[in-house]
Amino acid sequence: MGPLVPDVIGNELNFVVALFIGIAFGFILEQAGFSTSKKLVGLFYGYDFTVLRVFFTAGITGMIGLVIFAHFGLIDLNLIYVNPTFLYSALVGGFIMGLGFVIGGFCPGTSFCAAAIGKIDAIYFIGGSAIGVLLFGELYPILYDLYMAENWGMVTVYDLLGTSHALVAFAFAVMAAGAFWFTRWVELRVNNGATSKEHPLKLYYAVVSILFVMGLSAFLLPSNQESVLDKANNPEIVNSIDVNYITSDELAFRLIDNDNNLQIIDFRPSKEFNEMSLPKSIPMTFKELFGKDAVKTIAVKKKLTVFVAADEKDEKKASIIASELGFENVRILKGGMSTFKAEILDFKAPTEVKTNQEKDTARFRAKATVEVAELIKNNKKAPVEKKKSKRIIGGC
Amino acid sequence: MNETKYMNPYLAGFLLGLLLLATIFITGRGLGASGAVKSGVVAAVETVAPGHASEAKFYKEYLTEHDNSPFKNWLVFEVIGVLIGAFLSGLVSNRLNWTLEKSPKVTSKVRIVTAIIGGLLFGFGAQLGRGCTSGAALSGMAVLSFGGIITMFAIFGGAYMFAYFFRKLWI
Repeated sequence: MGPLVPDVIGNELNFVVALFIGIAFGFILEQAGFSTSKKLVGLFYGYDFTVLRVFFTAGITGMIGLVIFAHFGLIDLNLIYVNPTFLYSALVGGFIMGLGFVIGGFCPGTSFCAAAIGKIDAIYFIGGSAIGVLLFGELYPILYDLYMAENWGMVTVYDLLGTSHALVAFAFAVMAAGAFWFTRWVELRVNNGATSKEHPLKLYYAVVSILFVMGLSAFLLPSNQESVLDKANNPEIVNSIDVNYITSDELAFRLIDNDNNLQIIDFRPSKEFNEMSLPKSIPMTFKELFGKDAVKTIAVKKKLTVFVAADEKDEKKASIIASELGFENVRILKGGMSTFKAEILDFKAPTEVKTNQEKDTARFRAKATVEVAELIKNNKKAPVEKKKSKRIIGGC
Repeated sequence: MNETKYMNPYLAGFLLGLLLLATIFITGRGLGASGAVKSGVVAAVETVAPGHASEAKFYKEYLTEHDNSPFKNWLVFEVIGVLIGAFLSGLVSNRLNWTLEKSPKVTSKVRIVTAIIGGLLFGFGAQLGRGCTSGAALSGMAVLSFGGIITMFAIFGGAYMFAYFFRKLWI
């Protein structure tokens, strides 16, 4: 599951990857004609909308690609860099950049591209941008308040609107298609009916149709996550599922035994988890099971993973999700935490014991209730450090 | 030999989008450019005025984030790649030559001065806006970052707003 950095590709190797990505980036930009300022500013005067076409097609392709990747569970969107929103600095900075664009004729990426093929004006532009960065650095203390104002965090458009990721991407795609049509119309008028130099590409229509169908399917079909969650919420499936149980006694025994292969995933709400949690237990939500951290935790060989929740039904739901995601070696606590509490933590010696087995059980529980309580108390003093994958930091 | 034609913009955009998608899938972050200029500036300030670099907040923050080696930054490597890639593209399409490109109506001096001023504004704005056309606008658009898209509209909106006043530079 993506992103591959830092687990599959280390941070050092990532620099090599950056070099190759850069080569492809520079090559495509230059091939598209982004190495000439005349072509770049064309869209602001209506004679050449190449930049808009390349830019929006790229943005939409990336956007819909991410919707598709997320749809099939190929990428954990909670780990990728989402440019943070600082409203005022984004607006003021953007306007200043726009002004710089029409005066200088480049943006930073395209200036590197143009400089690489010998455009002298681009080299001056790069020099100018270094002065601009230096100026910002020197004025940083004065600008700090503006720079930090209205911090909305790493918020996405679909979070803000409360709609689905696919719907917003689809709306953007429609907007872009409209912009393509409109700018072509403007371009023909500004250039007095002269058609643009590029041949209209049939391939383009094919590509757009494929993207359209894929985007539409991602939009209409429930995502992998949604269909798995639906399954987990279906009472018939919950009742008929085959599960591997672990009894309260065995769990207590393994806890007292300090079994290093044991790991407990706790699906109770965080409030209950914070009040009381078993040693070696990790809090998790159903949704988090789909994330990259769950893979790292549960898909470890030799580990015995025990799902606990307030009752057995929630544990079964989690176990359905786990088996759909291909996790093995998962057992669930029989009767849920409520049973564990009743049988072990709040153990009361029975008034009468008949068989030898009952006698042994009562003796074990009497011992376990003290020792497990002690373990829980010690665990609360030194809680397990939560190893959570951090979101990648990107940006310029 | 003649220069070859530019690629169809939609095809170029599609390829660029696939690259952006691959970049996000592999590295978890998007493309960028202006960050490399920042690395260069911080490194220069550190060399020329080490005392200032260790005191002023802007450089101090950056040096702490990068373990005192400002060039150990993803974007620096990426931009080196951009230079190589664009050079190779220029080579295969016969577009390599030293030229100062400008509108015939302006002098070379004017073009140089405006390139520097434009660069200055862009460099400054990209710091304030936390990214440029690549890092904030394009990458932000792909992940549907609200901030990135706001920046994108501000860049293009700003450029259209001011375009009229600078038309003599181009048309």
